[in-house]
Amino acid sequence: MRHLIDILDLSVEEIAELMDVASDIIENPGSYSEACRGKKLATLFFEPSTRTRLSFEAAMYELGGHVIGFSEAQSSSASKGESVADTAKVISCYADIIAMRHPKEGAPLVAAMNASIPVINAGDGGHNHPTQTLADLFTIRREKGRLDHLTVGLCGDLKFGRTVHSLITALSRYEGLRFVLISPEELKLPSYVKKEVLKARDIPYVQTTDLEGSLPELDILYMTRVQRERFFNEEDYLRLKDSYILTKDRLRDAREDLSILHPLPRVNEISVAIDDDPRACYFKQVLYGKYMRMALILKLLKEAGRL
Amino acid sequence: MNIDAIQNGIVIDHITAGRGMKLYELLGLEALDCSVAIIKNVHSEKRGKKDIIKIDADIPVDLDVLGYVDPGVSVNTIRNGVLVEKRRIEMPGTLTNVIFCKNPRCICSTEQELKHVFKLTDRKNKVYRCLYCETKAN
Repeated sequence: MRHLIDILDLSVEEIAELMDVASDIIENPGSYSEACRGKKLATLFFEPSTRTRLSFEAAMYELGGHVIGFSEAQSSSASKGESVADTAKVISCYADIIAMRHPKEGAPLVAAMNASIPVINAGDGGHNHPTQTLADLFTIRREKGRLDHLTVGLCGDLKFGRTVHSLITALSRYEGLRFVLISPEELKLPSYVKKEVLKARDIPYVQTTDLEGSLPELDILYMTRVQRERFFNEEDYLRLKDSYILTKDRLRDAREDLSILHPLPRVNEISVAIDDDPRACYFKQVLYGKYMRMALILKLLKEAGRL
Repeated sequence: MNIDAIQNGIVIDHITAGRGMKLYELLGLEALDCSVAIIKNVHSEKRGKKDIIKIDADIPVDLDVLGYVDPGVSVNTIRNGVLVEKRRIEMPGTLTNVIFCKNPRCICSTEQELKHVFKLTDRKNKVYRCLYCETKAN
């Protein structure tokens, strides 16, 4: 059974195929409106995430399928102490495919090991969030026409930001990439990511605390939020949350063809005034995410013999 | 120093000097009723010195524990006084319930009877990572 737990579960070729399908869905939505007729997606969200859950649900509805599930652990059997393994076995009897978000790292993998239907990791704590990475990659390809030979700036919380780790890992498989890692000292990219991904593949990168000075060289600026839920200590969160705020003024020296991405939700790290700037891509990114989830649901259902 | 040759049992040879006692504990050998000899600092042509464990019973030995703690050891099986098998133990690709994930955010910390599995991700530097959360083993 094929699942998506980590972005590296998909080859570069498979990601390209998903993007081709997603592009075709954009061009010919009518051809896909009944593609999953009679099929059910179970959205098992053990922690709240309205955005990702609605994206999966919208994706399944646009494919003509149905959605069942829950949006918080309190309304699931987990509140009665049911294991993830048992939940996966039970839901396999009801649905054709699972999208799971869970606060514990590795929970979707445990579900995949026990389910008899495909499982998609919709975020497991601070660990992986592969469908966000698919949205990020598709946005870059739509905006730049390629995924290679780019200078990518990542700004904000590079320590706890799982989207950042996944995106670096995914992009590291393309040629000619260069990374500019912009963060406060306390939120620098973990050394294991630098060692096992960037250094291991000889990918050039610089670390800096200077956002404005880095902007002129960037093709992509990936902004992130400092996430309250990743801190054990409220004082540390309050001290670091406003480290980088992107304003019109700060964008002065940025290139005209810069693409600004953000996994959302935004708190205050991108000024609302930038939303109308043609370089702002973060709302398009949300839309692209839905199309990639549609392409992914189709692929996994087909490979499972359910379509 | 002489230790009687065993007729039916296991000899764990080429243990890095000083690790014999640790392996004795991790393999749970204290629970055996048979004779067990830990011979420390035995002269070795290749290494200078080594430890050896002799177990006077043909018991199953957890090779994953051996390979994790001291890759390169040999496990010799003796039956009727004859060496019938000699295995050199390398670092295992997977460890199951040998070491345990300490990450409180890992699903291991809450899931009922979930096996703790670690994968060898970097053989050169002997790095094992939790299968579920990818936290590095200490």
